[in-house]
Amino acid sequence: MPSNPTKLKIIWLQGMTCNGNTHSFLNDPALGNLLESVELLHHPLLPCTLTLQQLVKKLPKSDILIFEGAYSASFERAGMVMESLLMTLALKAKHIIAMGSCASFGGIFKEHDPAHISGIVFDKENDSGPLRDMRKKVITLSGCPAHPKWLSFVIDMIRLNKPILVDEYRRPRELYGYLVHNGCLRNEYFEWKVDSDHFGTKEGCLFYAQGCQGPFTHGSCNKILWNEVSSKTRAGTPCVGCTEPTFPKRELFTTKTYMSIPSEMPLGIPKRSYLALAGAAKSFHIKRLEERLIDDHA
Amino acid sequence: MTKEERKVSIMTKALELFSKEGFYQTTMPSIAEKIGMSVGNLYNYFTSKEMLAKDLILYIANILGDEIRKINESPASTQEKIKAIVHMYFRIAQERPETIEYFLRVYLSNREVFQNCCAGMICVSAFVTELMIFFEEGVRAGDLRDQDFFSAFGLFMGYLGGMVFLNGEKILPKSLESYEHTIAENIYNALKSH
Ligand code: SF4
Ligand code: SF4
Repeated sequence: MPSNPTKLKIIWLQGMTCNGNTHSFLNDPALGNLLESVELLHHPLLPCTLTLQQLVKKLPKSDILIFEGAYSASFERAGMVMESLLMTLALKAKHIIAMGSCASFGGIFKEHDPAHISGIVFDKENDSGPLRDMRKKVITLSGCPAHPKWLSFVIDMIRLNKPILVDEYRRPRELYGYLVHNGCLRNEYFEWKVDSDHFGTKEGCLFYAQGCQGPFTHGSCNKILWNEVSSKTRAGTPCVGCTEPTFPKRELFTTKTYMSIPSEMPLGIPKRSYLALAGAAKSFHIKRLEERLIDDHA
Repeated sequence: MTKEERKVSIMTKALELFSKEGFYQTTMPSIAEKIGMSVGNLYNYFTSKEMLAKDLILYIANILGDEIRKINESPASTQEKIKAIVHMYFRIAQERPETIEYFLRVYLSNREVFQNCCAGMICVSAFVTELMIFFEEGVRAGDLRDQDFFSAFGLFMGYLGGMVFLNGEKILPKSLESYEHTIAENIYNALKSH
């Protein structure tokens, strides 16, 4: 237990959002415990101390300001434009969390008006968002949505006063040091280049035929499972790379190839090395991997 | 002479025999005799004829791979690279005919020999990988049409292999290099984007 039993004061503020991260957070099985250790000054759905109107009127200090949704200077909440609302609350917050890909990089909402919509610190890959000068106190939790446990991890680390190591986009390394490809149940199919032609099969890798971006997407989706049971790639749908500043890409379900060779290599793997291995692996036929796991043995 | 150097010199002699006599006609004793070494000693370097055959194909794939790699890494345009690859291939076919002969007459014609030790493309990977890179970069640059790798690979290498074969059979009325220019142009025209 922390030596200081005072509860962390949290404000959850929404920019332009679909509520996805709010809903994702409600799925944390440990939500009950977490809520006992914090005080929600404001939250769009959960019981909290202040209504939105009261929040905007008081503009209180907080330990953690969680911002969900994309930023646009002129977007209003309770009659106050984001430019002043976010800035004021951010200045008075000890820690800030960019919750989800829209708050992190602009995400889906940025597509509507790319020139004026961004994340709070980053605008895609550039650190030109409104809170860029406060970036030291911002933690990025990109994802569409972010996993509830990623948020509870960060809140816990802050509560216990422990340092959080971050990457170049201020994402916690503990959560984003991995690639989605790490821990995917389909790794053996990837190694031997056995692809799946459909969504939802138990067999096959989704890299060549379905556009899976697991090999170049940072995230622990195959380590900290969704709803504690599965992940996109485990269930047989491709990772769409939602944690990266490049999200959303076009043609999410196809892998761009040049003469059958994927245009993007798995992260950090030189093209020559990848092709030498992949070309060799592809020329073998491994019967076990080409069979259905269950149906062919019924 | 180091063991590695000795190995290469054995391989060079064996290559000549294999490409002239074929895989089955060439025996370990005939190779040993050609080098002037005892059969027993030859086995110190290569544990079987199959192993020697495998090392040879790796050796040739590496020579071709290194050559194409140099071309890939040069600043030339895709069209110039096609010319350079054709030129390189025909040059090797002239200067070291036994390498291409081995590739065509031993490796491709006796697949059963290579099935165990060289399954799939594993022994020619150095060469195939460089061609993959050549095609990938050509399409990425917008010079070549996007298509299945093997359709393009077959067109390019089948054509070159066929010409070298005809040349070896003494069927071509002119020298191999006199066809270089038109062949490179044909390949480019067949593969280019429109
Ligand atoms: S499905 Fe995606 S994450 Fe899984 S092994 Fe294939 S490429 Fe990697
Ligand atoms: S698997 Fe990929 S698309 Fe799905 S949540 Fe994880 S990072 Fe996002």
